[in-house]
Amino acid sequence: MASRGSRIVEYRFGNFVASLIWLILIVLIIVSLAALPVIFIILFYLPLPPVNGQVLTPYLFLSMMVDPTRTLPVLKFIMHTELFRVAVFPGFSYAAIFAAVTIFVERKFLAKMQLRVGPLYAGKIEGIFQLIADGLKLISKEIIIPSGADKPIFWAAPIAFVAAAAALISLIPVAPGWVVSNTDVGLVAAFAILGFFPLIALLFSWASNSKYPFIGGLRALHQMIAFEIPFILSALSVVILSGSLNLTHIAASQTPYWYIFFLPISAFVFFISSLAELERIPFDLPEAESEIVAGWLTETSGMIYGLLQLGTYIKLYALAALFVTLFLGGWAGPQIFPQVLGPPGQISPLMQLLTLRPIYNAVTVNAVFWFSIKTFGIIMLMLLPRGINPRIRIDILLHTGWYKLIVLSFINMFIALALVYGGVFGPGGILTPH
Amino acid sequence: MSTEYSNKTLEKESNAAGLQIVKESEEDRLMTLSVGPQHPGSGHFRFTVKVDGDYIVHCDPDPGYVHRGEEKMCEYRNFIQNIPHLERPVIHDSNNITYSYSLAVEELTNIQVPRRGQFIRAIASELNRQVYTLYWLAIYGIFLGHSTMFMWPTGDRELFIDLLEMLTGARVTHAFNIPGGVRNDMPVGFSEKCLRQIAYFEKRLVEYENIFYNNPLMRQRTEGVGLLTKEEAIKLGVTGSVLRASNIPYDIRKAEPYDVYNEIDFKVQYMKSSDCFARAYVPFLDMKESCYIMRQLLDKIPQSGEVRAKLQPNPKGPAGESYRRVESGRGALGYYIISDGTPKPYRVKISVGSFRNMLALPYLLVGSKLADMPSIYWALNYWPVEADR
Repeated sequence: MASRGSRIVEYRFGNFVASLIWLILIVLIIVSLAALPVIFIILFYLPLPPVNGQVLTPYLFLSMMVDPTRTLPVLKFIMHTELFRVAVFPGFSYAAIFAAVTIFVERKFLAKMQLRVGPLYAGKIEGIFQLIADGLKLISKEIIIPSGADKPIFWAAPIAFVAAAAALISLIPVAPGWVVSNTDVGLVAAFAILGFFPLIALLFSWASNSKYPFIGGLRALHQMIAFEIPFILSALSVVILSGSLNLTHIAASQTPYWYIFFLPISAFVFFISSLAELERIPFDLPEAESEIVAGWLTETSGMIYGLLQLGTYIKLYALAALFVTLFLGGWAGPQIFPQVLGPPGQISPLMQLLTLRPIYNAVTVNAVFWFSIKTFGIIMLMLLPRGINPRIRIDILLHTGWYKLIVLSFINMFIALALVYGGVFGPGGILTPH
Repeated sequence: MSTEYSNKTLEKESNAAGLQIVKESEEDRLMTLSVGPQHPGSGHFRFTVKVDGDYIVHCDPDPGYVHRGEEKMCEYRNFIQNIPHLERPVIHDSNNITYSYSLAVEELTNIQVPRRGQFIRAIASELNRQVYTLYWLAIYGIFLGHSTMFMWPTGDRELFIDLLEMLTGARVTHAFNIPGGVRNDMPVGFSEKCLRQIAYFEKRLVEYENIFYNNPLMRQRTEGVGLLTKEEAIKLGVTGSVLRASNIPYDIRKAEPYDVYNEIDFKVQYMKSSDCFARAYVPFLDMKESCYIMRQLLDKIPQSGEVRAKLQPNPKGPAGESYRRVESGRGALGYYIISDGTPKPYRVKISVGSFRNMLALPYLLVGSKLADMPSIYWALNYWPVEADR
């Protein structure tokens, strides 16, 4: 009945579920036959930390993995290591998941705006695995390096781009106490890292040994420098109100009143400048397709392009998160999660596992929830101009950056100063949190 | 001051040493960029530009990548066989490019087109003008970096393609106009469907205006860019929307009415500002006016009658020549046909609007910014394949 051609068309949900169950079964068999012995051998040689007052032996560790009530303390221990913060949350994986969701949402959102369907086939449900398909395609493609290119820089620039973007997210506080690097000069460090991007763009375009990337790189340099100053000035008025450069402190200091209510112009300038920093439409001049092919990305291919795109979207997350931290109160929001999950008091071990009792922290979960919601909202706002605006010209762009936005950010800086000297904010102010 | 001084000392020292200094010339500052034929901003066309910083100082158009020898091919086929290959240069506007051919052949062979056939021809021509203009607008949108303006017209173009498919049986290349009328009659229910689609499309046009033409960024980019004054427009011989954007209300449908156009009431849309915005806006106004024309055509069409005059198997006329032109999506599109009394034409010359508009490109590009290049180029309403013929 089923010919070769009609196999794809005759999709059944039952088959999909059956294949998933098969997959899980195979994974379980592999884990029990191969992975567990290997883990056992490795664990034997590792110095394990004491958990719950007990010295962890490999046997005890294995029994913890099998006994659900003992797994959670181990997880709790892992969650408080530095590596977890850098690699998983609030570090790279969290940002990468944000970037992946952003790419998917951008495609579907833009498609709905433009009366089309967007990705549809990969992953059966609304093309949800299109990103994975694209990633596999980019990995499998050959990387072509133009003859006469400066090879070391050509290879190093994409990695440096992702590294700089990842360095930016290490400064973002996601919840009270959940930040990779809680430095007192967080804001200055963020701007210092942002200063790397035009340098990388210019180096890469120079290393490509081609005309279109060169023009694109020069445009990127012009654009980023023109918007750097309003960018910093608009953040400065936040510093005036909060009296601190520490991003955790800035976020914590606006618990009752967000700064966007006092500094709407600064927030606007910051938003526009971050669009320009991100090279998003209407400021995508460095990648202007119809003029200079693909700008400074013209000679990229395969995973070099993939890395640059990953870096761009991580940077998008980082700047949206910075906006939320500076103007929208960071993680602040009403407490909607209960203090403990499930019934209070003593509960059975299985229920303890299900309610994540030892690792659940209502304040942190609430903070992460509100932070993610706000950041995603800002990201959606940043995606919106792509659907409604054309690209602007370099002279209008420079005029906007050097002239209009700087003036606007100065206006709001004076308002911030007036608020501080009027005794509203600052030490002993009416609205200063105690 | 210091550089001058050091240059002077350098000159003195090298003169003393018997060396000759090669000074930097103006040419050394320039960068030559090749735009096309494999460039996202060119189409099947190539032009090289020299840029000094951000300004274009020289432009050299180089058409001919899609030359097909249409005119020579005409000499080896008879009048009827010529129709399908003549619409290849502009498949998006295939009814208009065969319209003037049919008119010229009718003049040569003395054929009278039945009245219902004339109306159906005009309807097909207007529908196809919409299809072409929407395609043009879509590319203009993406050239400015406006991706929504690429998707919307390409989507709405399907309305008219569906109508043309219903009318002619083919989606893009119709071969519908033939000497003596049109190939077949209108199907039942066509005019109701056509009126419905037009009503929907007029609503969409308002949205186009809101999202694209009234967008401040689009206005900033196009207003005052690439000025082509009235005198220069006449001197360069541009035609169609480019001519009408330079404050000259000239339309072949009004100036030399063919078939039923003298019975139709419509205004020639033109603008005074003569810049890129006017050149982008006049085709949009034409689309609005075209909807108005189509309503009248569907209203006035005779309910029954022949659509095609009876022809000889191999129509031929007396030896002679004829020149007829129509207003296509890109301006005046004329055919000059010489017949030596045989069923095959002796010589066919196609005068297309695209090529004449392309001649204005070097004049407009020199002195403008590189970022305005795609905008100026595509606002000239230029279709590379038609220009090369």
